[in-house]
Amino acid sequence: MVSAQLSSLKDIRVHEYLVRFLFGGFCTVSAGLIAERFGAAVGGLFLAFPAIFPAGASLLEAHERRKMAKAGLDGTNQGRAAASVDSAGASIGCVGLIAFAVIVWQMVPKHDAPGVIALATAAWLILSVAVWFARKSRWFRWRKIAE
Amino acid sequence: MTEIVARFFIGGVVVSCFALLGEIFRPKSFAGLFGAAPSIALATFGLTIVKHGHGYAAIEARSMIFGAIAFFVYACASSFILMRFKPSALATTTTLMPVWFGVSFGLLYLFP
Repeated sequence: MVSAQLSSLKDIRVHEYLVRFLFGGFCTVSAGLIAERFGAAVGGLFLAFPAIFPAGASLLEAHERRKMAKAGLDGTNQGRAAASVDSAGASIGCVGLIAFAVIVWQMVPKHDAPGVIALATAAWLILSVAVWFARKSRWFRWRKIAE
Repeated sequence: MTEIVARFFIGGVVVSCFALLGEIFRPKSFAGLFGAAPSIALATFGLTIVKHGHGYAAIEARSMIFGAIAFFVYACASSFILMRFKPSALATTTTLMPVWFGVSFGLLYLFP
């Protein structure tokens, strides 16, 4: 079912690592500068900005296309379908992201910050994974058929 | 200047780490979870709390809820359009960016 394939890291090119690093750095700096200029309420929105999402989706599409090209096939549609599935996964991750923000919002004024951030991160992971497994469950499949 | 460099470096490292996790895991829908990791928030909250205090971080976190809801809508729209019409991933995800801005700022306007 869920597996980790370290070998897939070998397929990533150096410039792809660099793109992610630069996008990540740029978006983090931008979020800070927006908060300084327009206040915490507006700046906070950008903590959940889909920063590297377009770059990630496009790199994923390119990976799939390259993989299919090696087999002598046109992987354009395959790549786009893979990006779609990745986006669906990200939408499930957003449920965890909402939980992360709620926990920090409610707990950070009264509790130790590192502990709250660790708890919120754990909540993001656990909830995202739980919703992903629930989505795969028989109940959801039954609903899909029923619809 | 030092703070900007620190933010850039920390943000780059945290975002890259989550992106690598997304590359390692299969199936793709599971790997996609890491596309919505709280990477910018993790890179930012520590510095924000040190500089502005806990109250300021709480205000940011409240707005982050709206940003995350907007991300959910944006990701669902991207997934649907990519699967249904199969346009380029970069064009789709970039063109749909106003959806994120509209939903997040709309929610902030409705719940100031």
